[in-house]
Amino acid sequence: METTTINNNFKSEEYFINMGPQHPATHGVLRLILTIDGEIIKKVEPDLGYIHRSIEKMCERDSYQQIVHLTDRMDYLSSHINNEAVCLTVENALELEVPDRVKVIRTIIGELTRIASHCLWWGVMGMDVGALTTYFYGFRDREMINDIFEETCGARLTMNYNVPGGLMFDIHPNFVKRTKDFITHFKTKIPEYDRLLTGNVIFQKRMKGVGILTREDAISFGASGPVGRGSGYSCDVRKHHPYSALDKVTFNEAIKTGGDSLARYEVRIQELWESLSIIEQLIDNIPGGEHRVTTKAVIKLPKGEFYQKVETARGEFGVYIISTGTKSPYRLKFRSPGFSNLSLLNHIAVGGKIGDLVATMATLDLVIPDIDR
Amino acid sequence: MTNEALQNLIGSWFPNPEAGKVSEVEVVKVSETEDDSEEKPKAQEPVNPSLLEFTKEESQFLNIIVKPGQLHSLMSQLKSNEQTHFDYLFCLSGVDWGEELGVVYHLESTSHRHSLVVKVKTKDREDPRFDSVCDIWATAEFHEREVLDFFGIKFSNHPNLKYLILTEDWEGFPLRKDYVDEINMIVK
Amino acid sequence: MNISLSITKSIHDWLYNIMPEGAASIVEMVLIGLVYLAIFAIAGLFLVLLERRVAAWFQLRIGPNRVGFQGLLQTMADALKLLSKELTGTVKADKFLYNLAPYFVIISSLMALAVIPFTKEFHAFDINIGIFFLIAVSSIGVIGILLGGWASNNKFALIGAMRSGVQTISYELSIGLSLLTMILITGSLQLSEIVEVQKSGWLIVQGHVPAIIAFMIYMIAGTAETNRAPFDMVEAESELGAGFHTEYSGMKFAYFFLAEFINMFLIAAIATTIFFGGWLSPFGITESIPWLGVLWFLGKTLTLVFLMMWFRWTFPRLRVDQLLTLEWKYLLPINLVNIVIMAIIVWLNLTIQI
Repeated sequence: METTTINNNFKSEEYFINMGPQHPATHGVLRLILTIDGEIIKKVEPDLGYIHRSIEKMCERDSYQQIVHLTDRMDYLSSHINNEAVCLTVENALELEVPDRVKVIRTIIGELTRIASHCLWWGVMGMDVGALTTYFYGFRDREMINDIFEETCGARLTMNYNVPGGLMFDIHPNFVKRTKDFITHFKTKIPEYDRLLTGNVIFQKRMKGVGILTREDAISFGASGPVGRGSGYSCDVRKHHPYSALDKVTFNEAIKTGGDSLARYEVRIQELWESLSIIEQLIDNIPGGEHRVTTKAVIKLPKGEFYQKVETARGEFGVYIISTGTKSPYRLKFRSPGFSNLSLLNHIAVGGKIGDLVATMATLDLVIPDIDR
Repeated sequence: MTNEALQNLIGSWFPNPEAGKVSEVEVVKVSETEDDSEEKPKAQEPVNPSLLEFTKEESQFLNIIVKPGQLHSLMSQLKSNEQTHFDYLFCLSGVDWGEELGVVYHLESTSHRHSLVVKVKTKDREDPRFDSVCDIWATAEFHEREVLDFFGIKFSNHPNLKYLILTEDWEGFPLRKDYVDEINMIVK
Repeated sequence: MNISLSITKSIHDWLYNIMPEGAASIVEMVLIGLVYLAIFAIAGLFLVLLERRVAAWFQLRIGPNRVGFQGLLQTMADALKLLSKELTGTVKADKFLYNLAPYFVIISSLMALAVIPFTKEFHAFDINIGIFFLIAVSSIGVIGILLGGWASNNKFALIGAMRSGVQTISYELSIGLSLLTMILITGSLQLSEIVEVQKSGWLIVQGHVPAIIAFMIYMIAGTAETNRAPFDMVEAESELGAGFHTEYSGMKFAYFFLAEFINMFLIAAIATTIFFGGWLSPFGITESIPWLGVLWFLGKTLTLVFLMMWFRWTFPRLRVDQLLTLEWKYLLPINLVNIVIMAIIVWLNLTIQI
């Protein structure tokens, strides 16, 4: 290798510390090599690979049905949406038209997943800036969504609910009622989130003007999801490339122009409202019909290249399949949002304090298995 | 911009000296059907007016195959030109095509909302090397390091080219097709 | 009913009867020392439990409720567990300083506890420079934190120690000045005398506006002084892992942990004594039963402790530079102006006397 050693030419007053791979703020096994001068961050160098499972290589030997299950283990907080991305790619490649019922259910569950993910993010975001109570508030509401999932598909986190061609089972009879209950419950709770954390003067001071990412930089760094939208960059895949039932609903893309940590925070809070509105529009109109189109036991994609992007809770998730016509892909690449979002951490954290780095990293909402695929 | 307009515009940036007589750029016949899986031999096509190879076969995007030497100038033009303005590199993947190693760039324009795929290939499996596009899209820095890890493709002018995911003493390039690891890989 | 707290007096007389004067006073000191150690341990363990229950209440949880009645023995069990833990440390640590650090912290808070007047007769050490002694002794604790962070040979611990030094030294000023504001009314540093003065109205009433300002500054600075959220820069678990005590385990860690809670108790106890009349009951309703003073004192103190817990479980943490900005640019100037106002009020006899 050309430059394999850690860069040693720092100034005499600087020192470096390893933040991670075991550190409370890195939410997993991310290792950040920080060059610090006193409290001020001079350089952030992420070091990955602590939980890399080489899912892309495993996909090259697995069938398409099996690949769906592997995607759960990447961004486990948006597992349903990851599954959906692979299923959509396969369905598009096979030119398979799935029933409307499937599309609507997929979208509802996708949005519920997004809410659950943002709830968890909100909880740990508060913890990262020192407000431990938020964690339990976030989890209280996420738990309700997990219960809905559990009733329908038996799993709470890695759901495996999608299969190429539709859904594994039909929804549980209680699904609609419980989802509506959740919506009524959660509508009273988002204002509570604001009262507990958003309006707090210390929180505002910690967030405002910290970790600024301009729109140009956001695009250049491939930022997507709330990170991009916090910089005023309209990058919602649901708007620009609608998939499943998202073309049937109306919602506003949450965009803030601040570009700082507070803007990214506000985008996610607004997304909670938007997701609720999407679910409300669909929950009463789930069309009847089959929950699945039968496919062949061994799915063979035609020769060619297929790309599908979806919007997970973290941003744009892409599946790029090169097929040679066999039962498994020749090459499969996952474009994960966290990977690009992590690459801009150094850019926005330099010059801040250690506390700023932690707060900024929390607003990027990194899920490490998503980065270390 | 439609794919054809894009093809005409981008093709005109790199005119083929052999087809220099042809003043207007011919549109290569695009096969929309995906059933003929055999790739046509290039000789049968009309003389390509551009040094770039355009294809829309078996893909939903317009594909450009570019030679390694022209990669960087093409990419910087794609971004800086007002009409194309591909400012968003949303996916950068290394691919091992068996004989050739290559990199696939998926581009999108945030102002025009059109997409494009650029492919670059090399037959050199010992020391594959392309120009880095880090200076054009900052996101390429991490993606190129990932490609280095898994395909051993090196990128010239990369600011910090070292292993991102693998340990520094890792041998072999795991995502290459000829990679074998009898202990850890389960091959069916 | 007139049970006075004269147990101490009878023990005192008995001891002086059965042995020579020198030996008796030594035995007496040892006994008082043991009593205060017991108070220290029980108060520490109880406060830890209280914090956990309060935190649970804020966080929609139940909290420890299995070991003993309502979990009363939970912290005892935790302490026993910590006692049995291996004492680990880093290889290149400065062993002497590393082992010394927890004792600095715990002894300073134990010494401060000695001058707190629980009630008129339950007051181990009533010196005439009481408040000065309290401020002086409680600032020794920071040396322990600095030593612990430095000697651990861990960068996270060192950053925690550096922050602690900066923070404690800054906020000492505010604590001292806000107490000084109140001393303008009492005219004495002796804690028992300060409480006596408050028989004609608690100082927070006597001093009205400047007293309330002083109290608020004192509570902010006191929270910072004890390194608790929102000023827990020193530990900042999401930034520094565990801060200065990253490398401490077992009982040494428990010392730091207990000392934090005792310091919180001390800050609240000083506030009770200075601002809220110490053991005095409101309007003297239980003046005829002196031993109830302990309950009044503890009740007031625990209310303030609860206030500090409330801060901790609802506020995010400040950043280190914001912490210093708050002290040097806001609290300190306000404090200085406040002293002048208080002086004018005392000079013009504008205090409220009930």
